[in-house]
Amino acid sequence: MKNVIILILLILSTKISLSQEDYNPLEIRGNFETNLQSYFVDSSIGANEPTPERVLNNAYLNLLITKGKFTSGLRYESYLNALKDYDPQYRGNGIPFRFISYVSDGLEVTVGNYYEQFGSGLVLRTYEDKGLGVDNALDGLRLKYSPFNGLNLTSLIGKSRTYFDYSEGIIRGMDAEIILNEIKGLENSKMYSIIGASFVSRFQSDNNPSFVLPENVAAFGTRANLSYGNINYYLEYAHKINDPVGSMVQSENNYANGKAIVNNISYSQRGLGITFESHFVDHMEFRSARAKKKEYIINYIPTLSKQHTYTLLAMYPCATQPEGEFGFNTNIFYKIPKKSLLGGKYGTKLNLNFARTNSIQGGTSFLNDIDSLTHSAALFKIKGETLYFSDFNLEVNKKINKTIKTNFVLAKQSYNKDVLEGKTIGEYGIIKSTIAIADISCKIKKGHTIRIELQTLKSKDDPNAQKKGDGDWHMILTEYTISPNWFFAIQDMYNYGNYDEEKRLHYANVSMGYLKGANRFAIGYGKKRAGIFCVGGVCKEVPSSNGFSLNISSNF
Amino acid sequence: MKKKLFLSIITFFLINTNSIGQERNLPSVKVKDLKGKSIEFQNIENDGNPIVISFWATWCKPCKKELNTIAEVYEDWQDATGVKLVAVSIDDSRSVSKVKPYVNASGWEYDVYIDSNRELARSMGVSTVPHTFLVNGDGKIVWEHKGYIEGDEDELYEQIEYIVE
Repeated sequence: MKNVIILILLILSTKISLSQEDYNPLEIRGNFETNLQSYFVDSSIGANEPTPERVLNNAYLNLLITKGKFTSGLRYESYLNALKDYDPQYRGNGIPFRFISYVSDGLEVTVGNYYEQFGSGLVLRTYEDKGLGVDNALDGLRLKYSPFNGLNLTSLIGKSRTYFDYSEGIIRGMDAEIILNEIKGLENSKMYSIIGASFVSRFQSDNNPSFVLPENVAAFGTRANLSYGNINYYLEYAHKINDPVGSMVQSENNYANGKAIVNNISYSQRGLGITFESHFVDHMEFRSARAKKKEYIINYIPTLSKQHTYTLLAMYPCATQPEGEFGFNTNIFYKIPKKSLLGGKYGTKLNLNFARTNSIQGGTSFLNDIDSLTHSAALFKIKGETLYFSDFNLEVNKKINKTIKTNFVLAKQSYNKDVLEGKTIGEYGIIKSTIAIADISCKIKKGHTIRIELQTLKSKDDPNAQKKGDGDWHMILTEYTISPNWFFAIQDMYNYGNYDEEKRLHYANVSMGYLKGANRFAIGYGKKRAGIFCVGGVCKEVPSSNGFSLNISSNF
Repeated sequence: MKKKLFLSIITFFLINTNSIGQERNLPSVKVKDLKGKSIEFQNIENDGNPIVISFWATWCKPCKKELNTIAEVYEDWQDATGVKLVAVSIDDSRSVSKVKPYVNASGWEYDVYIDSNRELARSMGVSTVPHTFLVNGDGKIVWEHKGYIEGDEDELYEQIEYIVE
């Protein structure tokens, strides 16, 4: 019923405004995507569970209508039934996303669903990521206002989306950001400074007979971004007041406060860029309801490692441990100038990256419940801590001549599988791997390019662990593209070094696609490996599969 | 209820068909520049010359390939057509601090903006990167292309030449 009212209002308002300002045409735009996948039972890769539907499909369509100051939109989503790498709670059809917004004299009003991020997201970030199946859009209302140049205010109230439903908690939030250089008298300052503060509170009633639970839980954050010449510095501090979770289980209940500190500094000039980022996180996951479920998470603690896209580099991905971690990530980007000895005719690009995360001293506040009021872990400590993840890698990007482009990566990674995948401590321990990648593309004639990726991963298991990892891998990918319309690809991943000889399997895939303007069609067939798939520190487990796939996406 | 909703949508389209413009404007959404200042994206302009808008991210290989390839010929393109390239990064807070160092190290001369929570991407229907739009001198989106494969820059340039003529 609510949807119908919204749409009637929408129609009425457009009709009214049409007569007023006909020079402002109504615009409709949007995009559509469907992903169809068939599933065969393939015991050789562990895809043992039959799929009674045989074919599963995820699809959605976004529609946006704009007229002058006025925007309205909705998303139709269809999961019949959801692909196996999606949570099965995405089920059926619906319009879980719809909104109306308008701007009037600097006041922006949104009712319905919206996505919002305060600062870097430590206290609030609602977003959607179709690849991961994350969508925690808020439903309610949001106001944005800029009373004078340099001050931006946001306030909101809403409930966060959980699949086709909303979580019980009510989220209230405020954020203020001041650009100091836009305030009179400070315009000429050489330092460009932006400061901000945010406050978020969740209300959920206490119906629990055994515990006294806080019904209102607050989190707040402050931040500053300072730019001076070639240097940029970002600092953010976030704090969460007692937020017990898992309220029916005493051992999981915890009244400790949480905190997080983010420090980023970077320097850049033409041809050179250096970044150093670090963070300290302690019991800082913030949810829209008390239950410890991933769909309730409404904040975002970015992972401190390079986001790899080559398959074998991303085989053991880092994920933030919101309950407690310290880490840093540093990058050097350098372009060896053209016409120098190492630069050659076109110059050579280098990216050196080192990232590392570990446990925090004395354990997290969560584990020190009894002492949580006085408990405080050291903010910067590496020695004696448990390693979670480290990645040291060098990427060299070189154009050899007009036809050949190359990219090489060499990496050494350590991956604490027990911690990062939630296994029992001692089960797998730390898996160390060395990865080498060569990516070479060669232009055959105008528009025709062949690209080959060769990847290899050598891994070393933890000698003290009870179980062994997957061992060594090779991967080869060959891609032939004809600009601007066609691509063809064939790839094989081979787990040649698995300790279990029966698991020395090939995961081969073929795919082809046709692209024209705003439309893309792709079909594929092959086997997918079970694994962890992460984007930006949020991960999902993907089961192994064997089958055909069809993907169509289109914009209008 | 859902049926009613669909009926409403259809009615809505029927009522308004006459006034639907074929051309699309840039949406009114705020993005940040490399200093962190909020900018109204609808106000970007290039003195009546075309603008290429390219959505990218520091972790996206084809995006970087596209923008690095165009960077080599960008001056020629600008001299011949007056075109400006606006690179919109969708890097979220995990990688956003690498945008400026990467852009500077690469020597890009583009206007670079940041759309960390994908507000602009969503309002332009961008679901994956790279995604490239061409905006004519009147600020209308006249062409778009998903993905990048080597050689696509030639098609883009043909489109720019076509609207300049």
